[in-house]
Amino acid sequence: MGGSTGCWVSETLRSSIGKKGLMAVTGLMLFGFVVIHLLGNLQVYLPDKQALTQYGHLIKSKPAVLWGARLSLLAIVLVHAAAAILLAMENSAARPVKYHVRQWREAGYAARTMIISGPLILAYVVYHLLHFTTGHAHPDFNPDDVYRNVIVGFQNKAVALTYIVAMVMLATHLSHGLWSLCQTLGFNHPKYTPALRFASIAVATAIGAGYISIPVSVMLGILK
Amino acid sequence: MKLILHIWRQRGPNDAGKMVSYDVPDASPEMSFLEMLDVLNERLIEKGEEPVAFDHDCREGICGMCGIVINGIPHGPRPATTTCQLHMRTFNDGDQIFLEPWRAKAFPVVRDLVVDRSAFDRVISAGGFVSVNTGSAPEANSVPVAKKDADLAMDAAQCIGCGACVAACPNASAMLFTSAKVSHLGILPQGRPEAATRVQKMVSQMDAEGFGNCTNTRECEAACPKSIGVEFIARMNREYLCAALTDRPEAEGGGGV
Amino acid sequence: MTIELKSNIPSGPMEGKWEKHRFEMKLVNPANKRKYTILVVGTGLAGASAAASLAELGYKVKAFCFQDSPRRAHSIAAQGGINAAKNYCNDGDSVHRLFYDTVKGGDYRAREANVHRLAEISVSIIDQCVAQGVPFAREYGGLLANRSFGGTQVSRTFYARGQTGQQLLLGAYPALQRQIGLGAVQMFPRTEMLDVILVNGAARGIVVRNLVTGRIESHTGDAVCLATGGYGNLFYLSTNAKGCNVTAIWRAHRRGALMANPCFTQIHPTCIPVSGEYQSKLTLMSESLRNDGRIWVPKEKGDKRPAAQIPEDQRDYYLERRYPSFGNLVPRDVASRAAKAACDEGRGVGPGGLGVYLDFGDAIRRLGEKTIADKYGNLFEMYERITDENPYRTPMRIYPAIHYTMGGLWVDYNLMSTIPGLFVLGEANFSDHGANRLGASALMQGLADGYFIIPYTIGHYLANAKLEKVEPDAPACKAVIEEVAGRTARLLGVKGRRSPDSFHKELGKVMWDNCGMGRNAAGLQKAIQRIPEIREEFWKNISVLGTGEQLNQQLEKAGRVADFLEFGELTCRDALHREESCGGHFREEHQTPDGEAKRDDEKFAYVAAWEWKGEGQKPELNKEPLTFEIVHPTQRSYK
Repeated sequence: MGGSTGCWVSETLRSSIGKKGLMAVTGLMLFGFVVIHLLGNLQVYLPDKQALTQYGHLIKSKPAVLWGARLSLLAIVLVHAAAAILLAMENSAARPVKYHVRQWREAGYAARTMIISGPLILAYVVYHLLHFTTGHAHPDFNPDDVYRNVIVGFQNKAVALTYIVAMVMLATHLSHGLWSLCQTLGFNHPKYTPALRFASIAVATAIGAGYISIPVSVMLGILK
Repeated sequence: MKLILHIWRQRGPNDAGKMVSYDVPDASPEMSFLEMLDVLNERLIEKGEEPVAFDHDCREGICGMCGIVINGIPHGPRPATTTCQLHMRTFNDGDQIFLEPWRAKAFPVVRDLVVDRSAFDRVISAGGFVSVNTGSAPEANSVPVAKKDADLAMDAAQCIGCGACVAACPNASAMLFTSAKVSHLGILPQGRPEAATRVQKMVSQMDAEGFGNCTNTRECEAACPKSIGVEFIARMNREYLCAALTDRPEAEGGGGV
Repeated sequence: MTIELKSNIPSGPMEGKWEKHRFEMKLVNPANKRKYTILVVGTGLAGASAAASLAELGYKVKAFCFQDSPRRAHSIAAQGGINAAKNYCNDGDSVHRLFYDTVKGGDYRAREANVHRLAEISVSIIDQCVAQGVPFAREYGGLLANRSFGGTQVSRTFYARGQTGQQLLLGAYPALQRQIGLGAVQMFPRTEMLDVILVNGAARGIVVRNLVTGRIESHTGDAVCLATGGYGNLFYLSTNAKGCNVTAIWRAHRRGALMANPCFTQIHPTCIPVSGEYQSKLTLMSESLRNDGRIWVPKEKGDKRPAAQIPEDQRDYYLERRYPSFGNLVPRDVASRAAKAACDEGRGVGPGGLGVYLDFGDAIRRLGEKTIADKYGNLFEMYERITDENPYRTPMRIYPAIHYTMGGLWVDYNLMSTIPGLFVLGEANFSDHGANRLGASALMQGLADGYFIIPYTIGHYLANAKLEKVEPDAPACKAVIEEVAGRTARLLGVKGRRSPDSFHKELGKVMWDNCGMGRNAAGLQKAIQRIPEIREEFWKNISVLGTGEQLNQQLEKAGRVADFLEFGELTCRDALHREESCGGHFREEHQTPDGEAKRDDEKFAYVAAWEWKGEGQKPELNKEPLTFEIVHPTQRSYK
């Protein structure tokens, strides 16, 4: 900052707005990943039942790219989580004595539970990796047949239900997060913000619905 | 109207506090909320009990001194209204009303419902001004200001510094207060020369005071008695991030006499 | 012994006095300024601007306010605007016209030289405020907008919606905060001044009580500036903030500063009427409303129909009828008395018949609801919040209320009181407004005093005075600390049964009934007899619970009420002795056949400056004669 010593990068990143900025930028990246991942998943509906598996092979055929992406994602998640933990700790310390009575007027459920939905999603992602990527949590895992792994995996109702709950949580997280990251990065304009708030919820719902459609289709027997 | 009040009583900054209940059997709907407390206090004095301490001064919604969290909402249920401008007609006969002080680490309780908000003054001291010494100003009309800019600056400048935004925020963040000042001065041409330094210094002071961080819940906007919007928070974020990324470091000896 | 009141008005032609004086005043070398400490009490427009400007010059400044932040001072509540002779509207305004309007508006009871200086400085104030980032209203072309105000026929009032005082204070307060950040000003919020310390006859310090810890301590310096506002709360109900009080200037008065024209109190015509016994304060509706609102009462006595059911020909637009050329924009004193007259005739509206209508029906029809909302929206909202009535649909009900006090400590041209080194700024001094202040002139005066007068005149004093250092534990300081502590202990020790507020209300009623809008000898004599009785009961029966070593709001109140109980008597004495009507002081015995104020320039063209002679002693009257070189006194006419 003006006139002070110390590295401007660390000063900025340690400030409240800097940390929020990190949350927003990493959040935006993770949102990008969630969209690409969904587009990949939706190939399960292609008439060619091998499409999804071939897509899996394509990704795995370039280990350098794959691991680069995986490590980047890991880093992004770590930054997002670390910033979240720091912010949450500061927020909690900022009000040591709580109110006896509290009423909310604007803060929606999604906005107030970001710090809960976030870690739960992360926990689910770990399970998800064990389930569909490494196969440790899969009853009948075949690394070369992604399509079958999906169908078999979701035929277990508990697994499918967990997935659905996690995706509802993801959608909730995004419904606040998308608008919130725009706000944090400084985008708020009377001409666009109302639309943006609506779009944030709409996009989050669409993403959630897209993901959830897969286990539902499996359970209904549309995909088999 | 008959009311039951539950009020936070705390003798001093280092004492423990607790909620204490009081009956107010004869409130009138035409009274202001603070007049209702006046009536309660007069009765307590008659009974030889120490009256409830609460901050107030102008009682017309502009000085920013009053502030009570009423039933979990800073300044009470009526939107865009300070505690002193809230009238008892907003409540119903037989209501139970909870009165608590602003709760934030940066606003320690002084006594009962009175808190210390000097953190706000220090945030202003850090940069919430235009550095113009008396006498050095140019002719007022020499710099035209677009009406829309002047109006927008005024929207932000209306902040009365009451602290309801902090009290309302789930994280006790002071972003709305700070952003209102940053925006008010940043929108006007007179405030631009210092804009980059100002936003960085004010945010840094705000953080140092122990306020929480903004999670964009918009509770502050709902509680603000002057209806200052979170648009100004976005504006401050933008100004801060731009300043952090692009502001040149001060030249060596550049500020010398 | 009568004190000789030297006004120290510079010689020479009116237009050149201030310029000449500025050159003739001694300067303090920049390197020497930091050797001086100046104590500034009060952080409203006058105090904050003075503290900031003095610190910018290099003086060491300590500033004090009883609120939790300097930004809360009651200047913040001024709504309408600030006058300046910019003539941006090309409507014939000039420094001379602002000067002329102010002297005339003050009913020829102000010093011409002071008023002329004020009009000259008004122009720089706007420049200063704009540079600080005050968001004044603008025209579409980006230049500053103006509106008209009572008592003038030009548009010279600059404004920031209905919150001009707030915005000006939010210009001065950050300037002060900047100096605090730089270490040039030491700020003491929640600190109340309770006495002045004199050493060798000069003001050298103050005694304060820290309102949080209860600690009573002294601060010493080379000069003291009191910018502690007006005493309107003498009447209990007023438009002042609840904390406004007379204590600082009254304590200075008891130490030898003369109190000038205390009976010149201003009643504001457009306030929201009282609604009940529990009423704690009155709320002003900006005078600017009179630009578009029309004031009326029913023609018939006791007409209780709702406003909408009273046809046009049964309404009496009494201001337009009585004062055709100024109409609804007559000065405040005239408008207030006319409202009282209408209500006294039994034509008042609303509960208790103490109210008149301020009707926007015509303006809304002419300009549209949106235009009116743009101009007055926030005032309308405020009215609705308080009364639960919608002024877009039904006319507002208004009634006069105590709003401003033109009287205060006597000061010379340099703003110094009769105690050397004790300067008085803003509403706390007896000011430039004579017997009546024009709208939008208080902000102008506060800022003129703080930004542009005191920085020069205090230097002149310091350069001339030979001041030895006074330590905070000097015997003179200890003695005053003990007196203050004794007084606090006495308040706590009475342990009576009545609250400070109950005494305050009783005093306020006596004052309003006998020394309010209409005054007469019999009433004033009654009040002069009654007030000492209340005072006596106060000291026997006041109840202040708790201790002095903590935040104790009852103790604060009790101290202020005790001073009001002394000051109220002086105010009535002043009103009784002034056997004329002028401005806000209306003696029923002295009126023209059509009910206008009748001045007596032969006998009363002077400033009445009262001297404290001790407890239970009659105060002594000193006179500063007023001469008018330029604006020759005439019967004020707004017809």
